[in-house]
Amino acid sequence: MLINFFFDVKKAKIPATIREFLMLIEAMDKRLVMYNIDDFYYLSRSALVKDEKYFDRYDRVFGTFFKGVEDITATLFGDDIPEEWLLLQAEKLFSEEDKAAIEAMGGWEKLMEELRKRLEEQKERHQGGNRWIGTAGTSPFGTGGYNPEGVAIGQRRRRQGRALKVWDRRDYKNYDDSVQIGIRNIQLALRRLREFARVGEDDELDLDETIRSTAHNGGLLDIIMRPERRNRVKVLMFFDVGGSMDDHIRVCEELFSAARTEFKHLEYYYFHNFTYEYMWRDNRRRHEQRTPTWDVINTYPKDYKVIFVGDAFMSPYEITYKGGSVEHWNEEPGLLWAQRMLDQWPNSIWLNPRPETRWEHTPSTMIVKEVMANRMFPLSIDGLDRGLRVLTAA
Amino acid sequence: MSEMRFTGTDSYVATEDLMLAVNASITLERPLLVKGEPGTGKTMLAEEVATALGMRLITWHIKSTTKAQHGLYEYDAVSRLRDSQLGDERVKDIRNYIDRGKLWDAFTSDEKIVLLIDEIDKADIEFPNDLLQELDRMEFFVYETGETISAKVRPIVIITSNNEKELPDAFLRRCFFHYIRFPDPETMQEIVDVHYPGIKKDLVKESMEAFFQMREVPGLKKKPSTSELLDWLKLLMAEDIPPEVLRGKDGNKSIPPLYGALLKNEQDVHLFERLIFMARREGR
Repeated sequence: MLINFFFDVKKAKIPATIREFLMLIEAMDKRLVMYNIDDFYYLSRSALVKDEKYFDRYDRVFGTFFKGVEDITATLFGDDIPEEWLLLQAEKLFSEEDKAAIEAMGGWEKLMEELRKRLEEQKERHQGGNRWIGTAGTSPFGTGGYNPEGVAIGQRRRRQGRALKVWDRRDYKNYDDSVQIGIRNIQLALRRLREFARVGEDDELDLDETIRSTAHNGGLLDIIMRPERRNRVKVLMFFDVGGSMDDHIRVCEELFSAARTEFKHLEYYYFHNFTYEYMWRDNRRRHEQRTPTWDVINTYPKDYKVIFVGDAFMSPYEITYKGGSVEHWNEEPGLLWAQRMLDQWPNSIWLNPRPETRWEHTPSTMIVKEVMANRMFPLSIDGLDRGLRVLTAA
Repeated sequence: MSEMRFTGTDSYVATEDLMLAVNASITLERPLLVKGEPGTGKTMLAEEVATALGMRLITWHIKSTTKAQHGLYEYDAVSRLRDSQLGDERVKDIRNYIDRGKLWDAFTSDEKIVLLIDEIDKADIEFPNDLLQELDRMEFFVYETGETISAKVRPIVIITSNNEKELPDAFLRRCFFHYIRFPDPETMQEIVDVHYPGIKKDLVKESMEAFFQMREVPGLKKKPSTSELLDWLKLLMAEDIPPEVLRGKDGNKSIPPLYGALLKNEQDVHLFERLIFMARREGR
């Protein structure tokens, strides 16, 4: 029976291996847990799941397998079952009589509301009867009743008094894959961008070289020093500020503060909407203290890795036409400036705080993406990861 | 062997699932990997397991520069080179220049011990992979002397990680895994009771409320953790702050005293003060 359970775990895309499964069997064999489903749950989780982000998925598989009511594949479509889907299933599964009963109760929404209310009212487990949520009754709620697909609620175990089991509580829901973006997560992602090199002052003893050289020297000690290995990656960031970017202030702030602590060689400039002939470093004094983009291009050598941060959300004219800028008269189109920058720093990506699914509906975003040769990534942990992979590989 | 059971100690509150994970790793003699928010007692766990089972604890702190080899042994070629220049007699025996690492110590111990590999994720990404064989078979080979060091008694291995890097799958497969969740208010109450048995009940109640509220504040860069709550309580007791002062919900919307123990980041303090200020203004 546990073999099937293991296959269910695998099917839910939890990366458990045979080795881990055998470990669990061995633990069972050593009588580590006896006749206690709670303990078995903890033990099996500890043996099979090695990352808290899979805990929630495991809870679901476990709940299903040891009760067998909820269809796991349906639950796996997403974090939550979409309401429309539920409705559709209800349509399909309920008999005309059931539907009439539901109608009598005031329709689907009413049903859900009623359910919630009864859940609150109900103090003890209930068997039979036709009102309370329990088992084997005719109430539309609960499992194992007349209405097979009714509304399965947090599957209670039959024998035990406690209502909700640990795995039914879904405590780890928030730990699931879609990692929330935050300074720390960004920092960890940025760590991918490392370029170790030995440059600078000789301050470390090179043991292998010393031994080789000493041997070469007829046994007379010849000490060889070398510079320490450091992260030499150089990063240049351009942030779009103001306008539509106001919605993304927080995530940009986090990205910036993470980048600042992570990279020793970090330079940054701001622009508005798109790259033109000027940029600035201080947002408060953006009109007095501007840096010509030419100067920026000429200051930082080709080995800088460049990250643009912007939503690329504007009128296409702002990119392709001269005079297209919303703030000033630009003699040359922004596109030309972007091209110049990309020529100078071929190693570059564009991070876009808007969700990836919306890009194709925005012509300006598509233009920018094309200019970037598709190196545009969403500003999420996953996107950051993909983007930095490209930067590191190049 | 299997009668060895860890059930928490007088100074450490272990939840059911944690105990089970620890016992599984003891019984099956596999390493236990512990993850969790900072300050939830990951490192403490190893110390407490050692105390509870009456074993010696060997701790190996991992730094970003630590190599797997450091845990086994290091061949001090420089000293040998120097001695050879001076014509020292010791130079003839290479054994004199082998520095034992923590794993060597752990393996050669006569009685069962607890080995803590602390913050394994700090090291290079390849580090855990380099230790696979050593932790699996509990033995390693010393090239310089041609001897094999294998564990007389397999130690209990506890490994902590702060999630700074993903650990390799091959490594994970060999461990039991436990994630220490942030304690719920009841467990927190137990933890406080264990640490400060004589503390005034109402003080704890008020401070815990303030603490959990503070954790709820959106946008905090670093949420206060269990160990910080314990520090804060200690301060409150030392200063003899009456519980009424902490009651900030309705009456006076004041900043909890000595909150520096809970918030460690300047921006967080600013944010918090601003929120309090706004709440106070609204309250009027």
